[in-house]
Amino acid sequence: MKTNGKTRRLAPVAITLAVILVIAVFVSFLLGRYPISAGQAFGILADGILNKLGLPGRVPVTWTGTQASLLLNHRLPRIILACLVGCCLSSAGAAYQGVFQNPMAAPDILGASSGAAFGAALAILLHLGSAMVVVLAFAGSMLTVLLVVYTGNHLRGKKAVGLILAGIMIGSLVSSGTSFIKLVADPEDELPAITYWLMGSLNGTKPSDVLFAVIPMAVGIVPLFLLRWRINVLTMGDDECRTMGVNAGRLRVTVILLATLITAASVSVSGTIGWIGLVIPHFSRRLVGNNYKKLLPVSMLFGAVFLLAVDDISRNLFTTEIPIGILTSVIGVPFFLYLISGEGDRI
Amino acid sequence: MSLCAENIRFSYGDHAVLKGVSFEALPGEFLSVLGPNGVGKSTLFRCLLGLLTPTEGRTLIDGRDTADMSPAEMARRIAYIPQSHAPVFNYSVEDMVLMGTTAGLGRFSSPGKVQRKLVREVMTWLGIEDLAGSGYQNISGGQRQMVLIARALAQQARILIMDEPSSSLDLGNRIRVMKTVKRLTGEGYTVIQSTHDPDQAFFYSDRILAMKDGQILACGASRDIVKDTLISELYGTEVEVYSLREDSVRVCLPAEQSETTKEEIK
Repeated sequence: MKTNGKTRRLAPVAITLAVILVIAVFVSFLLGRYPISAGQAFGILADGILNKLGLPGRVPVTWTGTQASLLLNHRLPRIILACLVGCCLSSAGAAYQGVFQNPMAAPDILGASSGAAFGAALAILLHLGSAMVVVLAFAGSMLTVLLVVYTGNHLRGKKAVGLILAGIMIGSLVSSGTSFIKLVADPEDELPAITYWLMGSLNGTKPSDVLFAVIPMAVGIVPLFLLRWRINVLTMGDDECRTMGVNAGRLRVTVILLATLITAASVSVSGTIGWIGLVIPHFSRRLVGNNYKKLLPVSMLFGAVFLLAVDDISRNLFTTEIPIGILTSVIGVPFFLYLISGEGDRI
Repeated sequence: MSLCAENIRFSYGDHAVLKGVSFEALPGEFLSVLGPNGVGKSTLFRCLLGLLTPTEGRTLIDGRDTADMSPAEMARRIAYIPQSHAPVFNYSVEDMVLMGTTAGLGRFSSPGKVQRKLVREVMTWLGIEDLAGSGYQNISGGQRQMVLIARALAQQARILIMDEPSSSLDLGNRIRVMKTVKRLTGEGYTVIQSTHDPDQAFFYSDRILAMKDGQILACGASRDIVKDTLISELYGTEVEVYSLREDSVRVCLPAEQSETTKEEIK
């Protein structure tokens, strides 16, 4: 991974991305088949917030009940979830790249996403309830990542390539497990639930989904953010890391656990959305350099903006919604090819 | 700070690599660990740095056993300067040096103003302040070695362990790096380097620890170590040692059959 090593200051980049995020969030409220004007959207939101603060009726009502319900119960949770999932998947990707010292590591490439999908499908098959979906998604995700790392370390040849190959192999193995679950699932109720969920879509996000995902996401991403400087030291290799006063083994396990937790939390509410964990950290590296102190916050903001924008496209481009996983692949695959080509080496 | 190794033994399985190594390095001293490749120099260093746990023996820093120290406590006393290498990600030189300050930070903190000021001072002292904004992968091998020295100084440890610091550098960079190391010992740093080059060890270090087969063959002032018989025994081949510049330089050459011009050093 070569950049020119020049670093830009964090503040201007982060502020620009934050402003874009705020604008994108507001524009997203207005997009959709059912029209809501900017004034109405602002009114509904202001009224909603004032109601929560115990100050009802301060805003003149210029909207219909349907509009308010659509915005607060459908568009708002979906927008929040798109931002959270984008933020989590891209920071998980950045973190994996650091701990594995591998610029091509990402949640989907390491099998974290397919492992989470398998666990979640299993939980749906066994009717374990929605909390267990997250637990099994995390367990599946963790097991797959461990298996990929173990296999990758034992493959001959370049380590960076070995990890990717192991990810592809184990990932496809786990995916066939998921296919088997679909095969034995009851086609009346379980199969549609699994299929719908695996498609990788934010369609039909409910307010409860947001609450459900936000806790494991916060538990993972807050410590990850606080530990971000130490990830730099970890990329120097275990021995150097240790002689600089950081327990490399413990830090690596901690970061892998945290990154896998936020991946599993994302997958358990949105299905598998690929490529974002690879693409966004790389663009962020170009923006602010490789120092995780800047890279992680920028990846988080950029990931949120990116997934929100892609989700807006997915629900508005055609009359039927395109699953968001399809769109992120269309953007991600050409970028991956560019990365592994000679041209990408000079990034 | 002084470092004292007491009877360090280490084995990989049945294969004994270190068979009881003891020595002491004093403040301001430049000590070279000299020996052929594969003699256990790296293993010794890894034991001193706490990367390997010796099967027997211990390392003391100012009388305190390093086995009782946390990684951060160790890092504030003893720093490792690897051979210049290429990390996967291209960090700026300033970020590379800043990483040295990590041992002094809380687990969840990042370096701030104080640390950046320290890094600027260290880099200015070493004369590499102009490199701060460059990418570490974009500078030369000699410059990288200087950056790694800067990182060790930013760590504020007083004992520096250098792994073959001059072996991968060209002549000019080697001289620059070794001059800097001499400046450091002048400031009271303890420097321990490994090298397989007796000429280099003689020219720069105060004392030499000659290692063979995981044991100390000899330890003493450089002029007592770099001699025909000892160097020949150390490397297992006949070597003649020549003296230059009023014995400030010694050169090891393969032994000649005809001994016409030879001025032997007893």
